[in-house]
Amino acid sequence: MSIHVKSMDVKDIIKKENLVYKKSPLMTDNVLSYCPGCGHGTVHNIIAEVIEELGIQSQTIAVAPVGCSVLAYEFVDIDWLQAAHGRAPAVATGLKRVMPDKYIFTYQGDGDLAAIGTGETIHACNRGEHITIIFINNGIYGMTGGQMAPTTLAGMVSSTSPYGRDVSTMGNPMKITELVAQLPGTYYVTRQAVHKPSNVRKTKRAIRKAFENQTLKKGVSLVEVVSNCNSGWKMSPVKSNKWMEENMFSFYPLGDIKVDGELVK
Amino acid sequence: MAKQRGAIVVDIERCKGCELCIEACPTSVLRMERKVNGKGYHFAYMEDPGECTGCINCAIVCPDGVISVYRVKVEA
Ligand SMILES: Cc1ncc(C[n+]2csc(CCOP(=O)(O)OP(=O)(O)O)c2C)c(N)n1
Ligand code: SF4
Ligand code: SF4
Ligand code: SF4
Ligand SMILES: [Mg+2]
Repeated sequence: MSIHVKSMDVKDIIKKENLVYKKSPLMTDNVLSYCPGCGHGTVHNIIAEVIEELGIQSQTIAVAPVGCSVLAYEFVDIDWLQAAHGRAPAVATGLKRVMPDKYIFTYQGDGDLAAIGTGETIHACNRGEHITIIFINNGIYGMTGGQMAPTTLAGMVSSTSPYGRDVSTMGNPMKITELVAQLPGTYYVTRQAVHKPSNVRKTKRAIRKAFENQTLKKGVSLVEVVSNCNSGWKMSPVKSNKWMEENMFSFYPLGDIKVDGELVK
Repeated sequence: MAKQRGAIVVDIERCKGCELCIEACPTSVLRMERKVNGKGYHFAYMEDPGECTGCINCAIVCPDGVISVYRVKVEA
């Protein structure tokens, strides 16, 4: 049916048959526990959409971390386990080995994956477990009050580096994603963001590929999402995304790092 | 010429007032309501509904998934 544009009332548009987008039906009705504007929610919805589109809801088991996303199992309607801090890749290893045909993924923050869980991350990636890792890097321990993490940028203010991270005493920020891309057990490694519509679309393609790769059994697929922690950074959501673009992306550049087992360059 | 008209519905009580949808809208359709919802958040609404193309940009960046988008084809 075609109607003249000027005579069109909003009420004529908002009808069931004209619906083109709503949040994934795999997102539960629970209100997200995240702060306003936090990228965790955006990534949850992308994961839910990918699982729905691949039709693998009953074949997917996720491992939730410790961090703000500790309650992820309340929000995406699939099977979940919740691992001790940093241990998600080890738990996912066990799951995948006893159920090799299930889709197994971890969902982890940077404190979880790159601080307390560094060992589990590196060894799962080096062993080449056939799992997917979704890594939300907001450069900070969001949940516990914005403490410095290994991923915190040089000069970045956090509650435990109130004058900015001084690398001479506090060490250098770590690009764990580039690090694991060097290991033979990683098959697909990419870094994305979700602050803009175009980035959301790219992240969705990356997460879809990372899930599809599991059927190949060629090792770890890791998708890092550089995200905001507007509460920890003490900025409004809009300002935090701008700050992220201006400060995070130069150190954590977006794009593919390793595709089909080959380093990109 | 065929053109698209869109409209969005915000689940007001679940909106957290982050304003990311406003940043994402290419045709500046959205504003924040002066009123607040039950949780005390200002919520997004269509200030300029005639400009909505139903591109879904606002909905996919909304961290809380509170935006639904509708779209129709119309004659210019
Ligand atoms: C064994 C253990 N050590 C420390 C903590 C405290 N703790 C809870 S969350 C967290 C860091 C979370 O940061 P991140 O993984 O970056 O997640 P975010 O909240 O930023 O998404 C820490 C250190 C804990 N719960 N368990
Ligand atoms: S503290 Fe940071 S990471 Fe945690 S929900 Fe709030 S904005 Fe998100
Ligand atoms: S659907 Fe597109 S045009 Fe309409 S309000 Fe959302 S972002 Fe703006
Ligand atoms: S992005 Fe979503 S939660 Fe944020 S203001 Fe817009 S509708 Fe509300
Ligand atoms: Mg973090």
